[in-house]
Amino acid sequence: MTARIGLLCATACLVPWLAGAAVAAPPDVKPPTNEDCVACHGDASLKRDDGRSLAVDARHFEASMHGPMACVDCHADLAKAELPHEPKLARVQCGSCHDDIGGKYRDSIHAWAKDRAGLTTAAPSCASCHGTHDIKAHTDNASRVFREQVPATCGSCHSGIRDTYDRGIHAAALKKGDSRAPVCVDCHTTHSIQRADTDKWRLGVTAECGSCHAGVVDSFRRTFHGKVTELGFTRVAACADCHGAHDILPASNAASMVAPARLVATCGKCHQGANERFVKYDPHPNPRDYKRSAALWWANRFYWVLIPGCFGFFGLHSLLWFRRSTKDQEKRP
Amino acid sequence: MTATAVVEPRDTTSAPAAPVRPLSTHLLRFDRPTRILHVVIMITFLGLAATGMPLLFSDAPWARALAMLFFGFHGAGLAHRFFGLVLLGAVVWHLAVVFWRAFVRGESGLLWGPDSMVPQPRDFVHLYQQLKWFFHQGPPPRFERFTYWEKFDYWAVLWGTLLMGAAGLVLWFPMAASRILPGWMFNVALFVHGAEATLAIVFIFVVHFFNGHLRPGKFPMDMVIFTGSVRREELRRERAGQFERLERAGALERLAVAPPAPAVLARGRATGAIGLSVGVALFVLILYATLR
Repeated sequence: MTARIGLLCATACLVPWLAGAAVAAPPDVKPPTNEDCVACHGDASLKRDDGRSLAVDARHFEASMHGPMACVDCHADLAKAELPHEPKLARVQCGSCHDDIGGKYRDSIHAWAKDRAGLTTAAPSCASCHGTHDIKAHTDNASRVFREQVPATCGSCHSGIRDTYDRGIHAAALKKGDSRAPVCVDCHTTHSIQRADTDKWRLGVTAECGSCHAGVVDSFRRTFHGKVTELGFTRVAACADCHGAHDILPASNAASMVAPARLVATCGKCHQGANERFVKYDPHPNPRDYKRSAALWWANRFYWVLIPGCFGFFGLHSLLWFRRSTKDQEKRP
Repeated sequence: MTATAVVEPRDTTSAPAAPVRPLSTHLLRFDRPTRILHVVIMITFLGLAATGMPLLFSDAPWARALAMLFFGFHGAGLAHRFFGLVLLGAVVWHLAVVFWRAFVRGESGLLWGPDSMVPQPRDFVHLYQQLKWFFHQGPPPRFERFTYWEKFDYWAVLWGTLLMGAAGLVLWFPMAASRILPGWMFNVALFVHGAEATLAIVFIFVVHFFNGHLRPGKFPMDMVIFTGSVRREELRRERAGQFERLERAGALERLAVAPPAPAVLARGRATGAIGLSVGVALFVLILYATLR
């Protein structure tokens, strides 16, 4: 009896609430499912007024990284929309999930160009490189951001740089299948791409060259060029100033900036009046390599004897003197 | 009376015509040009070290901050060239004076003998005696005007300044240098400039500071290079050879000078203290860069 009264009271309390909820909800509470979307967008001939296709291939989408997701997870403004929806949709915010990458992108030159410089169609957003409904992992060789596809992807806008890059030894190595060969993103990064003409960028990229060419950067650090740039100052040569940036070639190639026949011109970019004798300078010296420079090897040898000799002798001399003098002083009353 | 004869200098007997006057308490060791030369070398050397070390130790965490003290790398480079020119000028001027005095005025004592900076057999004898003295095997050497370690310092500065000056000029004017020298000489010049600098800096900030100033008996500073004079007893004790030679020749009183004025002493102490502190600070930076 008591239980029945209790249930009655509870029902009496809940009824107005349930009724209110039913009144407040919009007629269609369910967001559109992927099937709802494909009902229209599955039609391959669906086009916008300006002729751009609006078709989405459901099989491509389902095979993509985002396959398990709902259309409205990205097209979030359609979650509460009635179908057919308005033609103008809000921009997809990849950063709402990929927030760390979104932050990097927003600080990049690409985002700056798009949002501040007004290059709304020319500057890339996420989709320009990653695609839209067919996004694949960067490890998938069909992906536009797969390592070996990167030059082509960046080159779809930066076509002049792509042509230059294709002439260099790095592109040749990449084509031969050497996956260590640098592509655009190794130096420029993927999402935090900055202007490449700032001091900060020019100085920082040396470390990138050194991630493969470690010994070469070490020898560079022994030079005036290397030391000044290491201190964080410019106006002296870093890697790209002598070797070029995108079309780096070995000295044995006549087209290389560091080919013997072109050295006078290359050094002469900064050292006006450089001559054949001047360019006998070694920008990557190694005092331990006799074959590379006997003079430097001998200079190194000489100081390896002189410096320890001087300090050894006078260090001992001072120690003995100190010991003797302190003993003398102890004796004094 | 024997005891008095030992203590009392004999110049009253050797120069009977001179009026009897009390013996001077201080004797001249460094004349004014020499003292000025030392201060110039001291300032330019510290300046060269402070402005050159950011490049020599460009990978040290303090390198950039030290360069910023001179308004960045370009400011440090400008100051380095200025100090270098002054030092090179001072050393060349000194050499010119020495050559003029030795060969024009005929002061052959500059080239050989007890007053000369040129290493001589007695220096090796003194070194041997000093080492024996270190081990309680004999009396300290009876040094002449310049000891063997002072001569080493002198020639080290001379050799170092000329060599680093030459290398520095090659690096400063590479275009002009490349008319005579092949480009790989720039590599050698930079290496030699840096290696010689390491040697010079550590030598001055450790060995010279110890020998000249920090050793027991001189600590914290020997003021002679700033005042120019030493107390009579000090010269007798530390340069016994020179003292007795001059005493015998009756020439000791020619070196007599008044005791240094308090202002001169104070100025010397300040200059020396600043120099020593800067030197020790720079040496600590080098130690940090090498041992870290």
